[in-house]
Order: sequence, then structure tokens, then C-alpha cells
Amino acid sequence: MSLDPSAYRDLLLALLPELVLTAWSLVLLLFVAWRHQTPRDLRITGWMTFAAFVSTGIATWWLWWNRASVQGVVTMIAADDFRWVADWIFLGAGALTVLVSFAYLERERLLAPEYYVLLVFGVLGMMVMAAGADLMVIFLGLELMSVAVYVLAAFDRRRARSAEAGLKYFLLGAFASGFLLYGIALVYGATGTTNLGLIGAQAGVNEASHSSVMLLAGLALLIVGFGFKIAAVPFHMWAPDVYDGAPTPVTGFMATGVKAAAFAALFRVLNQSFGTLSTWHDIMWWLAVLTMVGGNLFALSQKSVKRMLAYSSVAHAGYLLVAVSAGGASGTSAFLVYAIAYTLMTIGAFAILQAKGRAGESDVTIDDLAGLSTRHPWLAFGLAVCMLSLLGFPGTAGFMGKWYILIAATSAGQNVLAAILVLTSVVSAGYYLPVIMAMYMKPEPDETAHLDVRLDRWGRTAVAAVVLGILLFGVWPNRLFDLAKSAGTTVQPSSATTAVTPP
Amino acid sequence: MYARGVITALLIWPLLASAVVLLLPGRLAKYVALAASVVEFAISVPLWWTFVPDGGMQFVVDKPWIAAWGIHYTVGVDGISLFLVLLTTFLMPLSILGSWSYITRREGGFYALLLVLTSGMIGVFVSLDLFLFYVMWEVMLIPMYFIIGVWGGDNRLYAAIKFFIYTFVGSLLMLVAILVLYLHAARATGVYSFAYAHLLSNAKDLGPIAWWLFGAFFLAFAIKVPLFPLHTWLPDAHVEAPTAGSVILAGILLKMGTYGFMRFALPFFPAVALSQTVQLAIVILSLIGIIYGGLVAMVQPDFKKLIAYSSVAHLGFVMLGIWALTLQSVQGALLIMINHGISTGALFFLVGMVYERRHSRLIEAYGGIARVVPLFAGILTIVSLSSIALPGTNGFVGEFLVLLGSFRTYPIATVLATTGVIVAAAYLLTALQRIIYNPLTNSENEKLTDLTPRELVVLVPLLAGILWIGIYPKPFLQRMEPSARALIEQLRPPSSVAGQP
Repeated sequence: MSLDPSAYRDLLLALLPELVLTAWSLVLLLFVAWRHQTPRDLRITGWMTFAAFVSTGIATWWLWWNRASVQGVVTMIAADDFRWVADWIFLGAGALTVLVSFAYLERERLLAPEYYVLLVFGVLGMMVMAAGADLMVIFLGLELMSVAVYVLAAFDRRRARSAEAGLKYFLLGAFASGFLLYGIALVYGATGTTNLGLIGAQAGVNEASHSSVMLLAGLALLIVGFGFKIAAVPFHMWAPDVYDGAPTPVTGFMATGVKAAAFAALFRVLNQSFGTLSTWHDIMWWLAVLTMVGGNLFALSQKSVKRMLAYSSVAHAGYLLVAVSAGGASGTSAFLVYAIAYTLMTIGAFAILQAKGRAGESDVTIDDLAGLSTRHPWLAFGLAVCMLSLLGFPGTAGFMGKWYILIAATSAGQNVLAAILVLTSVVSAGYYLPVIMAMYMKPEPDETAHLDVRLDRWGRTAVAAVVLGILLFGVWPNRLFDLAKSAGTTVQPSSATTAVTPP
Repeated sequence: MYARGVITALLIWPLLASAVVLLLPGRLAKYVALAASVVEFAISVPLWWTFVPDGGMQFVVDKPWIAAWGIHYTVGVDGISLFLVLLTTFLMPLSILGSWSYITRREGGFYALLLVLTSGMIGVFVSLDLFLFYVMWEVMLIPMYFIIGVWGGDNRLYAAIKFFIYTFVGSLLMLVAILVLYLHAARATGVYSFAYAHLLSNAKDLGPIAWWLFGAFFLAFAIKVPLFPLHTWLPDAHVEAPTAGSVILAGILLKMGTYGFMRFALPFFPAVALSQTVQLAIVILSLIGIIYGGLVAMVQPDFKKLIAYSSVAHLGFVMLGIWALTLQSVQGALLIMINHGISTGALFFLVGMVYERRHSRLIEAYGGIARVVPLFAGILTIVSLSSIALPGTNGFVGEFLVLLGSFRTYPIATVLATTGVIVAAAYLLTALQRIIYNPLTNSENEKLTDLTPRELVVLVPLLAGILWIGIYPKPFLQRMEPSARALIEQLRPPSSVAGQP
């Protein structure tokens, strides 16, 4: 199905998923204004949000199934497989977050249904980011997402750490947005456009612009802006405190959805606008190395599970940056595969953590999990699978994702980067394995240690789905790989002659 | 029918059985697991007769797995892997029967993990697709990690994580090397495939990167062997593991390293592996392993640790034999791999049995127990003699062949290695004397009970193996010969085999 954005009908079709979700968000806002008192209202809002994500996913699927694409003209939004797959990641992360939030919100007395509305706005912003074929649209999506997530991070406002997380995230995030916006301005100054394709054409045609200080400075500021959102070292300072302080389902959502959205936009910008420039490959190389080494080493010294997972998400941003550095179609496909695997395992790990903890889970140490396997064998099994997948162990989705990144890196000639990736993965065994060891190899401190560990029905459903997904993709990733492969080829520089093609 | 399905059956059957074991109540677990492993052995036994020694791969199955990347499920055995598969299926029922009274908690999990481990180990030996090989190589790590970590001794957590991380470092670098090989072959031919034969035939003209790739494979396999100085995980893991874990670690897991050298590291990078530098390094490290391993074993107060260090020495002989690349030395190396599985396995069983009675592995805790437990003492003597390589036992055939074959390639090293045999006699005979002879001083030992019928059932097949290979090794050598010859000819053109310094 070929869409012509100059016609209203086609434009609306191209924006169908976003429109569906926007409609839902308005319905939800009205509903919440009317019913916001009892836990029952909260549940109803939650299920409506779940329905919103599912129906938006179906709308996305319909466009994907009809091979919707934008033809010819310069547009502000893209319609390609990359966008659909990225949308599914955000929607999946959102839907899983809804499932694990039901019991959590009631337990922590966070009886404000606005939580779900903010979740919807966050996902909407992510979808706009992935759809943007213009720097302004990307910035719009980024702000929509960020503002929603700032509030979500501070949602447990009675708890000082949550409020601190929200404030910290907001201040640093505002700075990052400033960097990004200034970068957009400089790029506009150098090329006269904010459209990704036109920037790419300008940079490709005009040899002088390769060395244009303004363009390079703009690119650098863009990278800084995105670097904040994906928590790449050295722009990661906010991540541990914010992840630690935010309510746990929100942390899972931030670590997966927000990160994936920022990466999706980064891939589009770097490949479509700056595919002809080689400068950013080196920058990304160093950023990836710093992030992998830094994230893993910091995570190694953490006692608290939540903080450890926060630093581990920094490390995983490093692995994804390897895919960015490799670039090209295989790097983009690798990102999609890894992001799907990473979303599953991270949300699973945080969901099981919230079953164990109380009051924000910040104080659950790895040793507190001792003997969990005797009392709750299935939860322990689920967490063990998530840990092994985060470690990148064969038989799990995490391995397939890491393997795809390795293949992208080696086919781009980045053998050293691949070697650093696997060596830092070995370091990560030093903090993922102690979780498994505590659960299986250490005795329960006393019989009451795990009495209050509880996961409600929907939390269990989410964890079961996640674990099955991890194992399924770990053994039979064929469909996932095919999908990612076709989606990866769609994000390419406009001029085919200068494309970065892997051998 | 049998030829098409046997290897797949060997891989899938233990997995199915392990699921059943997990679902059943714990007290039934050991019976079901034993039955499953006996069936597994029964499936594998006809391999012995149906295998045709012609130097090529047999029982090959090739099915696409992840077609997008040219990853296939390709399995098969030749004269090198055949015996390792049979050794695995042979040791598993014995390990399960040997854990009968040792494992008292979480039995279901233990036996299920042993069965999963069986699949993983066989998978490593039969994989003919490098991706599949890597997956199997890693997958068998998890069950062993849990076996050491959950059912091990006092220091089990440390031993388990050390074992895991050592293996993990090497294998991940190997993964990168496999990828580089894969892309190299794809660039040369346009065919994206992880098939062993495809990568092997395109592993030429790699240039200087071959050194790095060999280094990655070398690290993965040398840690597993283990080659000095990468052996430090081994004493910890062996000592802390429960009896079945030690038997499998020594009996099978260590062979994965030497198997990897024979199957992958040498054929892929002959120019690097047979360069002067690498030859010298391997020979020196093997010699250090043989002599240093023996000397350290001599001073161990703990009998289990003594056996662990003796493994380092035995595997040093295997490495020497492989690198010497003569027909006798390679066959001898293969034979030591089997012998070590049988003899060291039996030693670990015996230590485990006496430990269950007295809860001590210290040599000085015993003394003079030959009069109390004559059957135990007799079997320990026979097994120790086979480990020392006394003529008439299996150990002799293997070490003699290695020394004979290596003398042509590395005369000085071989002479030095011979002293290792003497050191082995010194530490094992001394230990033997202190445990079962000498005066009976400790009164606790007077109440020891002799071997039960169940324990005899575990040990008798191992004794039979010791004597069979010791007296009539021909059926083994016959089946190995074509594959060993093929390996040598692949690495050294026939004309130059005799003329090596």
C-alpha cells in the first residue's frame, strides 16, 4: 500500500496507530476525571490502557501487513518496517508494564489512575519518535515522552527517593533536550532543512559540508542529547538514582521503552541523515566502549538488586551502541532483535523484583534473595532465566540478540569492538550469577524470609509470557530474525550510492 | 533408520527424561533417571558395531535451523568423537547409581541436571556446525555450575563461579573467532554457512588474523583441558563437586578441551598451530602440566585434590600426543582420553564411597583399612595401578603409545615426560600405602563397612574397562586409526610425516 501524504486520507492512514492511541488517551483522560477514587477505578483504567495498547498494536500490524510506505515526496513522518517493529517494542513494553502495575499500585497505595494516562502519553511520544522523518517531529515525540516519564518517575511522591528521581530526571533531561534542540538548530543552519532525507542529500552532495564545523557541531550536540536519554557513559550519571528511586514498574518501562525509543530515533538520524559521514562511527566506537566498560564495572559493586539492574541497563546501552557503531542495515536489524530481547528480560527481572520488595524495592539486596528457589521455585526459575538472558547465555533471547550484534560488528570489520563486547559480558557474569547463586545455592536465612513474596495473577501472566518469549526466541528465533532483517534495510541513507553496506 | 536417528535420539532422549524426572516426586527421581540413562547407553551401544572405520563422518544428520544465517543442525561422529560419545553414555548410568546415597536433598533437580548435562556433552562431541557446537559448549556449563554450586562441598560457591567464569571467558572469545571465520568464508565463497566442512575448507589464507583466531580457540580449549597455567579452576571444582560431578568433570568435560584441539584448533589453523613458536609453547606447557601436576599431587593431604592434580598430568600427556602428530601418538592421546575417564572416574567414585562412610577425604585420616574393607582396598589398588600405567592395565597402553609416538617428533620432551610416569607412581603408591596399608591407628576406621552390592555394580564395569583396554586394545585402536590418520594427513602432507625434526 503506497501512501501519498499530500492527500488527507493517506496522511491519516499513515498516522493511524498514533491516532488510535491519541483517541484512547483522550477517552482515558475523560474517564479518569470522572472516576478516580477507588481501586476498582484504577483497575478499569488499567484494562482500558491495556486495550489501548493492544488495539494500537493491531492498527500497526494492519499497516505492516499491507506494506504501507510513503512514496516519492518529502514527508515529516516515515512509514516503514522499522517504525512498525519499533512501535511493537514500545507497545509491548507498555502492555507488560500495565500488567505488572495492577498489584503494585494498590500495594504501594498509589491510587491515582493518571498513572496509566501518563503511560499512554509516554508510549505515544515514543511512537512519534520512531515515526519521525524530520528532526522537529523527533523532538516533539521526545518531549512528549520525556514529560510523561518525568512525572511517572516521581509518581510515588510521598517517598523522598521517588521525588528526588523525578526532579533529577527532569533537570538533567531538560538540559539534554536543550542540547538536542541546539544541535537541530545548528544542523538546520548548515543544511537549511530539518528533514532527515534532505539533510542526508545535502551532506552527500555537498562535499564541503563534510568538514562544515556547523554540521559536525550539530551532529555532536545531537549525539549528546540522545546519549543522555539512552544513558550512555559519560552521560549516564542520572540513570542509577532515577532508576533506583522510581516505582519499579516505571523503572522497567524507562529501562526498556524510553531507551529503545531514543535508540530508534538515533538510528534513523544517523543512518538517514549522516550515513555518508564517517565521523560518528568513531564517536560511537568510543561511546560504546566507555558505556560497556563503565556500566559493567559499576554494576559489579552494587549490593542492591534494583541498583544493579540500573547499572546493567547502562551496560546494555553499551551493547546497543556497538550495533550503532556497526551501522548499516545489519546494525539496525541487530538493534531491533536486541531491543526485543532486552525488553522481555528487563521487564521480567523488575517484575519479579517487585514481588520480593516493599516500598520501592531500593533496599532489596542480592543476599535477600537467598533460598528463594525452595520457597518460590517458579519465581526463582523466572528470575534465573532473565539473568541468564541478560548475561547472553545460549538458549535465551539475550544470546540471540548479542549474537546478532556481534555479527553486525564483525561484518563491519569491528573485530576489536566485538572482542570488547564479549569480554565485558564476562564481567557481567560477576553480578548476574550472584543472583542465581543466592536463589539456588544459599540457604534461606529463616523460614519467614520469603513469606511476603507475592505476585498477583496478572504479574504472573506477564512474567510467564516474558520467560516463554525469552526461551522461544532463544531456540527458534527465525521469525524474529526475518522480521528484523526486513525492517533493518528500510532505514538507509537516501542516496544509495553512498550507503554504508556491510559485506 | 538407526543411522539416521541415533544421534538425534541420544540428544533428545535425556532432555525428555529430565522433564519427566522434574515432574515426578523426588524419591522416584533416581530410579527414573537411572532407567533413562541405561536406555541412553543402550541406544548408543550399537554405534560400536555399526560404525565403519573409514576416516569420515558417519550417522550424519543435516537439517536447517536458523536458515537466515546458514545455521544448521548438523551432527555426526567419526573415529575421534565415537569413543567420547560412548564414554559419556557409559559413565552416566554409573554416575547416577553412584550418587544414590550421596545426594539426599533436591534429588529431582540433581538427576534432571545430570540428564541435561548428558545431552550437552554429547552435543559438543557430535556437532558439525560451529554455531551448534558453541551453543552446546555453553549449555553444558549451566548444569555443571548448578551441580557444583548446589550439591557441592563447603566452598562450593567459590568453586562454582570460578569454574563458570573461566570457561565463559574462553568460550566467548571463541564465539567471536567463529564469527570472523564465518565471514571470511562467506566473503571468499558467497555462501553463508557455519558448517564445519565449509569453514574448514575456507580457513586458508587468513593472513595474520589467523594468529588471533587460533589464540581465541586456544584459550577456550586450553582452559578446559586444562593446560598450565590455566588449570587453577580444576582443583577447586573437582574437590567441591559431589562425586558424580567430579567423575563427569574429570571423565568427560576435560576431554572437550583436547577434543576441541583435535577437531577445530589444529585443522583450522595448521600453519599457526604447527609453527615453531606454538609447538614449543604447547610442548613446554604440557611438560609443566605433567611434571608440575605430579609434584603438586605428591604433597596434597586431600585425596580428592591429589586425583584432581593427577588429571592435569594425564591431560598433559594427551596434549603432547596430539601435537606430536604421529599415528601412535594421536591414537595414544585418544586412548588416554578414554582411560582417564575410566580410571580417574573410578578413583573419584572410590573417594566418594569412603567419604560417605567417614566424612573425610584426608589421607591421614585413614591407614591400614585393607584389613577392614578388603574389597575396597583391592579395587582401589587395581584402579591406582591403572592410573600409574602399569602394564596390563589400560593406562599403560595409552601412555606407552604417546611416548613411543612422540619420541619421533619431540625426543627431549618425551624423555622428560617419562619422568612424569615415575612421579605418578610416587604419589599414587605413597597415598595408597598410607590409606590402605600402614598400621591401623585411627579407631574410627575399625567400624568401616565394605562395599555394598550397589557400589560394586558401579565399580565392576569400570574395572572391566580397565582390563579390556589393558589386555586387548585392538578394537579401539582399529576404530580410531582411519580418523587419526586422516587428521595427520590433513595437517602434514604424507611426504613430510617422517621427516619432521
